Amino acid sequence: MSQKDNWKIWEVFIRSKNGISHKHVGSLHAPDAEIAIKNARDVYTRRSEGISIWVVPSDAITASRPDEKEPLFAPADDKVYRHPTFYDIPDDVGHM
Amino acid sequence: MSKEEMLNLEARFERYVAEENKVEPKDWMPEKYRKTLIRQISQHAHSEVVGMLPEANWISRAPSLRRKVALLAKVQDEAGHGLYLYSAAETLGADRQQLVEDLLSGKAKYSSIFNYPTPTWADMGAIGWLVDGAAIANQVMLCRTSYGPYARAMVRICKEESFHQRQGYEIMMALAAGTPEQKRMAQDALNRWWWPSLMMFGPTDEHSPNSAQSMKWRIKRKSNDELRQEFIDKTVPQAEFIGLTIPDPDLKWNDEKGHYDFGEINWDEFYNVIAGNGKCNKQRLEARNKAHDEGKWIREAANAYAEKRAKRESTSSSVA
Ligand SMILES: [Fe+2]
Ligand SMILES: [Fe+2]
Repeated sequence: MSQKDNWKIWEVFIRSKNGISHKHVGSLHAPDAEIAIKNARDVYTRRSEGISIWVVPSDAITASRPDEKEPLFAPADDKVYRHPTFYDIPDDVGHM
Repeated sequence: MSKEEMLNLEARFERYVAEENKVEPKDWMPEKYRKTLIRQISQHAHSEVVGMLPEANWISRAPSLRRKVALLAKVQDEAGHGLYLYSAAETLGADRQQLVEDLLSGKAKYSSIFNYPTPTWADMGAIGWLVDGAAIANQVMLCRTSYGPYARAMVRICKEESFHQRQGYEIMMALAAGTPEQKRMAQDALNRWWWPSLMMFGPTDEHSPNSAQSMKWRIKRKSNDELRQEFIDKTVPQAEFIGLTIPDPDLKWNDEKGHYDFGEINWDEFYNVIAGNGKCNKQRLEARNKAHDEGKWIREAANAYAEKRAKRESTSSSVA
């Protein structure tokens, strides 16, 4: 069916206001980017939820694999010295 | 994978969700969890879509511009809800086109409440107040469901639903405070929608065999009977406030339990409507099919336009 071939899935990202980054809100189907933006307007911003929309073809996204969670993220878990609380500074010094 | 490894994975999964962790699309999940969710989310999506029909019936005949814009916005929201939910189902590997085809062919189920007719304007009040009210009870629970994309869709939906219920109750309130004839109309709508609304929560717990597994997987967080009781306890005072009578002679506050006791639900009617014998089952499917067929040209036009543009862009870039 031609519709199936052409209406690909787009991921939708919305910036709610300036100063805040675009955030993933969901996905939709559209034949091209222009209509994807229009559909995103109707589906995801009916109550002034955004001032800027990004649409990205779903298949253009490369995601890390859930089963790689360990090797990817575990190395950061034991590096407490990357956090400010690791360092002993006397209270008398004041806020630092 | 050996059977033992599989059981291990399943046990780990159950522990994981029991500890209130969320499952995301690419995570490992039991095949039955996936299937249960696809069925539930797609039925939910279909219900939002078919749910537009009983109310669309009154958009052009709303009694004032205020009522008309409200009803129009509500129906448009329901279309949006359907789309959020189809998207959530797709993250589990469901195919959108297939889901839509299953609805159009009558293979897929949707909430049987939408197979009841809407003969009067008061039905718009009763639907917003009771049907959306019952849906909200269920959807608030689902905001904490274990599958991330479903839960997130529910959060969006719940934010939008509260206006739906308020606009419905406002309609009922206006009618109940109107002429005797208007009040009769409101009461008549309440009489017709009360029991089907209670049926929306599904069979009683003892006749709901799949519920236990869904609760274990944290897909469902409350049982059908719990949700139904919550809804009744909340709604009865709202009816009293506008001077309407719940059509249940057995309805009575039970001080000991801190809940209302209520009469027997006619489950034969419930199963009969699910089996396709409700007043509007046929009409609803025909309306959906008609809308889908009549939208064909615009889907084709959008395709043709997208193709033409893609071609023009590729030739102009090859020239440059
Ligand atoms: Fe809805
Ligand atoms: Fe609604």
